Amino acid sequence: MSEFMMFSLVPLTVAVIISMTCALLGNFLVLRRQSLIGDAISHVALPGIVVSFLLTGVLASSAMMLGAGVSALVTVGMIELIRRLGRVEASAAMGVVFTSLFALGVLLLEWHGASGVHLDVEHALYGNLESLIWFEGTGPGALVDPVALADLPPQLGRAAWVGLLVAGLLVVLRRHLVLGSFDPEFAASVRARPALVDLLLVTLVAIAAIAAFEAVGSIIVIAMFICPAAAARLMTNRLGRQIAWSQLFAVVSALLGYVLAGHGPGWLGFDLSVSAAGMIATLAGLILLGACLFGPRRHRTGAATAA
Amino acid sequence: METWWRALTFSLGYNTSVVTLGAMLLAAAAGMVGAFVLLRKRALVSDAISHSTLPGLALAFILVGLATGDGRLLPALLLGAAASAALGLWAVQAISAHTRLGEDAAIGAVLSSFFAFGVVLITVIQSMAVAGQSGLTGYLVGATAGMLASEAKLIAACALGLLLAVMVLRRDLLLLCFDADFARTQGINTWRLDLIMLLLLMAIVVVGLRVTGLILIVALTIIPPVAARFWTDEPMRMVALAALLGALAGYLGVTLSSVREGLPTGPLIVLAAFLLFLVSFLVSPRRGVLASLLAHRRLRSRVHLRQGLLSLGRDEPIFDDLTLALLRRRGYIRRDGVPTEAGLAAARDAEHEEKLWALYRSRYPDDALHREHAGLVPIHEVLSPDAIMALEAQLMGAGRAAR
Amino acid sequence: MPDARLGKRVIASPLAIQGLTVSYDHRPVVQSVDFVTPPGSMTAIIGPNGAGKSTLLKAALGITRRLTGEVRVFGHPLEQMTRHVAYVPQRNSVDWDFPARVIDVVAMGLFRDLRWWQFGGRTQRRRAMEALTRVGMEGFAERQIGQLSGGQQQRVFLARALIQEADLTILDEPFAGVDAATETAIVEVLKSLRDEGRTLLCVHHDLATVRGYFDHVLLLNVRSIAAGPVAEAFNEANLQATYGGRLSPLQLARLMEPLASEGGR
Repeated sequence: MSEFMMFSLVPLTVAVIISMTCALLGNFLVLRRQSLIGDAISHVALPGIVVSFLLTGVLASSAMMLGAGVSALVTVGMIELIRRLGRVEASAAMGVVFTSLFALGVLLLEWHGASGVHLDVEHALYGNLESLIWFEGTGPGALVDPVALADLPPQLGRAAWVGLLVAGLLVVLRRHLVLGSFDPEFAASVRARPALVDLLLVTLVAIAAIAAFEAVGSIIVIAMFICPAAAARLMTNRLGRQIAWSQLFAVVSALLGYVLAGHGPGWLGFDLSVSAAGMIATLAGLILLGACLFGPRRHRTGAATAA
Repeated sequence: METWWRALTFSLGYNTSVVTLGAMLLAAAAGMVGAFVLLRKRALVSDAISHSTLPGLALAFILVGLATGDGRLLPALLLGAAASAALGLWAVQAISAHTRLGEDAAIGAVLSSFFAFGVVLITVIQSMAVAGQSGLTGYLVGATAGMLASEAKLIAACALGLLLAVMVLRRDLLLLCFDADFARTQGINTWRLDLIMLLLLMAIVVVGLRVTGLILIVALTIIPPVAARFWTDEPMRMVALAALLGALAGYLGVTLSSVREGLPTGPLIVLAAFLLFLVSFLVSPRRGVLASLLAHRRLRSRVHLRQGLLSLGRDEPIFDDLTLALLRRRGYIRRDGVPTEAGLAAARDAEHEEKLWALYRSRYPDDALHREHAGLVPIHEVLSPDAIMALEAQLMGAGRAAR
Repeated sequence: MPDARLGKRVIASPLAIQGLTVSYDHRPVVQSVDFVTPPGSMTAIIGPNGAGKSTLLKAALGITRRLTGEVRVFGHPLEQMTRHVAYVPQRNSVDWDFPARVIDVVAMGLFRDLRWWQFGGRTQRRRAMEALTRVGMEGFAERQIGQLSGGQQQRVFLARALIQEADLTILDEPFAGVDAATETAIVEVLKSLRDEGRTLLCVHHDLATVRGYFDHVLLLNVRSIAAGPVAEAFNEANLQATYGGRLSPLQLARLMEPLASEGGR
């Protein structure tokens, strides 16, 4: 029990919270066909973190989060600029911006020899769930002991706050969001501010990506934005139920993925454990595969649009 | 600086020169293929393809490592990469075609889950007693530093082959990008051509893995074509320019990386490409930002001025601040908004211009001229004096008839 | 209080546009359009493809940016008066695969009436069903919107506008791609709105039905060519000027034939 609480409780909880938060946002990204903005933002977390490390000289979490946040905003800003002023197609604009920024990040990393300082590219890409150890988690009593609770890895608190923020904002702005996603022109006519909602959604994606980045790495975050929500989309025609399905798939991916990563190879006879983050995302992908093959609503609804 | 100059003039040694050439050819081929992919509006498919190579790479490494103790066998790795990339590509196509999900979701899902599975396999590799593991990172961000001349030559040869393939297919590909239906009526099998285009893209990605790494190879297929787009509206020229800009980026990137020990080539090539893009974006006379801003301001002043003068002449109140400011600046109204003599005269002229243009439009409704200038350019700058005199006569005749 | 400098016509009008210009690619697509919508009228906006009709509406409503121009609703700036205007966009601007039922879409029209902490309750549902009944779609309330035909989708859009109870309803090609029964049903609803004293403004694509359905018309081809009561403005000269000679003499003659039932007004 104490082993579970010390080594697994926090990673599991963080993984579940992050998966659920990303999946929640992912519902709207998939509906608005903006899935790739998650791709772009996840890639640019790296340069943001590298720059903040170079500026502050320290590997503090808050500085890194700030750096990643700033780079996300810069990215979105640049994409919009290029799209509007240059009349470039959206996905091409994204491609130009996030690859260049990522290249900048890698260059700065190598140039300043920061690769020796724990901040290597792989780490940024794969995350580090397994390192979230709760040293004071010696037994169930620790859950109500304020001293032990103070020793919880900060990533847990951060994930919880972000989850709350995202869920809260989405509840308050649910009608704006749904209207803006379904019919932006009508939304503009009733002053539901579709442009602002757009911006807010992207900002929340950036915030969630940054919080998730530390734990599961940047590339895998994309999977958690898209796969559970896409799978949910294939299960139902009602938005509320779609959101519920996406949360279910997120939780299953997180729990099962973590367990399989730690114990799966052992069950097969190998004495090793594989990347938890990678396993969680792989599982999310497999769930999507299942939905693509068997989901009750996987086909496009009628051709009524053309009529 | 001296090192860079020597690199630029290919005098830094055989190895560096071959690598430079190889990178140039690769980037040129990537730019060319990428140009067609961009025109076909599928720019980010290359991201899915490149990230899907990871599980194949890792699996090949494991198998070769189990067999020989050292996983680094280039042909095997590239084969593995190609196989899983092909699977990833197929998955993207299948998802977008057979489910209600859009291509963006398909790309994102495949990209991330394949990559995630690759990451799982990499952690398996990390626990294996197999040599050459650190070399795998090179496939993520590129590693030309340790590249052998033979490898560079292989890459150069493949890139050249791809370039030639694209050149042979260029006309059909162009038709496919702009009018697939018409292409079909011309007997072109569009489904197969689409597939070929994507396979070429996949080949570029696999070949380029060593040079820029899988995360950045996407950049070479997107940035040079996007930059090229700013300089020309003619598709073939855009494709050629994309190849040229790609080669230039490759050239600059590789030579810069030889200036200092430990500078990664891939990112430098990408950043060089971005620089070229930035210049194109800002400076291009056709679609660059500066030119665009100037054109927009010019149009805005013209419209505001014309409407302002017309309102002045018709004694209508003017509320718009910019209009008032423009009229004031030209001395057409006083500070309190009362029109000056010059203003009234200009208003009469504006009214007259409108009538002339209206007459011209009604006589030649399809004429491109008035469409282009929208009646905002003084008519004497567009039409010949004889044509203007004819219009004036008609206007007078119509006025007389109305009385 | 509306600006004293405005004329009486403008103050009475549910939508008065002055000097509206919209540019795209450094070229005007709508240029210097002046138009005062007569209150209580059913006005059609007609013109060839690419004439800027939809753009005019969207710019007037503030949905797209305009280069110049003033828009007033009953003499006040549009921004203060959005409650008085309902908009029915083109059907193809929407992804009909969206996970929503018919009643969900209609309820979207109540956006301004609900605060975020409020959930749609019985009153909202009743109002939505009333709007659906008015367009003849009450049996489809629980249906998925993707399963509807074009005509049914258009009626749902109309219901969403009806529920807003606006003084002015603006419709963008409401009859495009719609079956005959739906077209008749929609015209009936629009006419009943007009009889209630509300104003209708439609971008209309079918010249043959202009005189039968509408009492005022605006002919647009980037610029305003002519505007006024249908009997006056809808004539050969104006049509020729608007369509730039694209209408054959035969087409024109047919359009100007005396109406089969003048009682259709």
